[in-house]
Amino acid sequence: MADFVQQILNGFALGLAYALVAVGYSLVFGILRLINFSHGSVYAFGAHAAFFMVGLHFGPVPAIIAAMLITGVLGVVIDRTALAPLRKKKSVSIAALVTTLGISSIIQNMLVVIFGSQRKPFPDFFNFGTLELGGVRLGSRQLVMVTVSLALLLLLLMVVNKTKVGLAMRATAQNQKAAALMGINVNNIITLTFLMGGASAAIAGGMVGGYYQIVYPSMGFMIGLKAFAASVLGGIGSLPGALVGGLLVGVIESLAALFFGSNYRDATAFIILIAVLIFRPAGLFGKKEVVKV
Amino acid sequence: MLKISGLNAFYDNVHALKSVDLEIKQGEIVSLIGSNGAGKTTTLSCICGLVAARSGSITYRDKDITNSPTHKIISGGIGLAPEGREVFPGLTVEENLRLGAYARRDPGGLADAYSRVYDLFPRLKERTAQAAGTLSGGEQQMLAIGRALMSGPELLLLDEPSLGLAPNLVLMIFELIREINKQGVTILLVEQNANLALYTSNRTYVLETGHVVISGESRDLLKDEGIKKAYLGQ
Ligand SMILES: Nc1ncnc2c1ncn2[C@@H]1O[C@H](COP(=O)(O)OP(=O)(O)O)[C@@H](O)[C@H]1O
Ligand SMILES: [Mg+2]
Repeated sequence: MADFVQQILNGFALGLAYALVAVGYSLVFGILRLINFSHGSVYAFGAHAAFFMVGLHFGPVPAIIAAMLITGVLGVVIDRTALAPLRKKKSVSIAALVTTLGISSIIQNMLVVIFGSQRKPFPDFFNFGTLELGGVRLGSRQLVMVTVSLALLLLLLMVVNKTKVGLAMRATAQNQKAAALMGINVNNIITLTFLMGGASAAIAGGMVGGYYQIVYPSMGFMIGLKAFAASVLGGIGSLPGALVGGLLVGVIESLAALFFGSNYRDATAFIILIAVLIFRPAGLFGKKEVVKV
Repeated sequence: MLKISGLNAFYDNVHALKSVDLEIKQGEIVSLIGSNGAGKTTTLSCICGLVAARSGSITYRDKDITNSPTHKIISGGIGLAPEGREVFPGLTVEENLRLGAYARRDPGGLADAYSRVYDLFPRLKERTAQAAGTLSGGEQQMLAIGRALMSGPELLLLDEPSLGLAPNLVLMIFELIREINKQGVTILLVEQNANLALYTSNRTYVLETGHVVISGESRDLLKDEGIKKAYLGQ
């Protein structure tokens, strides 16, 4: 029983990190109907940015904030240099999709060149001790991850649903032409979307880096795919969907590891993905329209 | 107020506008009529920067706005209620209207803009919290016009406001268009219903396959034999 509760707890903490990555897919998909496959690498970049900043010894909080900014800017640069020109040419949507795959490998290789491909120890700076209750251990790392992720996800939801710029984002997601006719600078909204996606990936990268105390260039691959599965499960394009999808994937894979052995952990997200695509392609919170991938 | 000269526009190889000249003076209602595919919507799209002008110029209040970004043209004082309404279906009536005022920089102006639109379209006021996608066609048209008014435009472009509406609603909408004009808004009205357009407007331009073929005072065109035959079904 204690194991069971423990795995749910672990899955919850991890699931929130998935959710933070998943919102990046959902934000961009909501506005551009594009699956941004570079997002996993952006997450790895964010983790390395945090790793680098932590090395400068300004303390963990400034380091993560700086990493957020840098990674947000990376998101913007990706959009402005690679994706915006495709939009301007009105090229077919598969072109943008393939471009994001290319960007992903550029970022990952850039990380290898700068930081080397080996695994690097990330300082254990969220570790203030562990609480033990009836055999269930609640580490401060988990607590930090849960608190920060939840706070950020709520902040993101607030921005999108309660502010003027969030209203402009929702309008742009529904109809870009009509949004422009409202006097909205649609390109700025898209830029902001990539900024928010990059920043939330950096937080997730910093958190997970701190959680496992390790960073490496290909670290975004698996979590990128899992977060993608999470956003599809929640209904890609929906922010609450990304949150719920991330939590479900995190908890279910932790339970799968408990019951079937940890070999099955990574496969779980993809089994969920396939099941969702077969039985409920719009996801839990998605609109009825079938998502064309 | 608005002057279009020698405007050419293309969709790939389709030459949609062929050297179009058109002028609107402050306070007027000008209508633009012509059959389906004549280039009316394209003209409005070019004014708003939604479709690129290949050559020619568009000036608004002596400022060249040819191929300016749409959001700048809108914040410069032009509003468009587009063909097919294009309201944001998943947002409420109030959110749609709020977006119409997105470019406003005067905080106090927002409340005035709401009350002006709700005075013109009391039906919208009853439905503020309703998703725009669930409104009837007529209500969506009111919302599209109201939304375009929220920015306080000096020039309002209307693309086929009567499309798909029941006759009594059409008359009501046209009544309101005259009322909006009386409030000081200059109007460019695109219509397939030539009768209604000619009766409502001061001057009219007739487009045929991308050319302006006739233009003049609407009351003169109403008597024109060619117009009667081709557009008024007489
Ligand atoms: N998005 C588009 N792509 C290609 N051709 C278009 C497009 N929109 C309009 N056209 C063509 O341009 C011409 C003018 O169309 P339009 O301005 O919509 O006419 P109207 O509004 O008078 O019915 C037509 O021949 C139409 O087929
Ligand atoms: Mg048209």
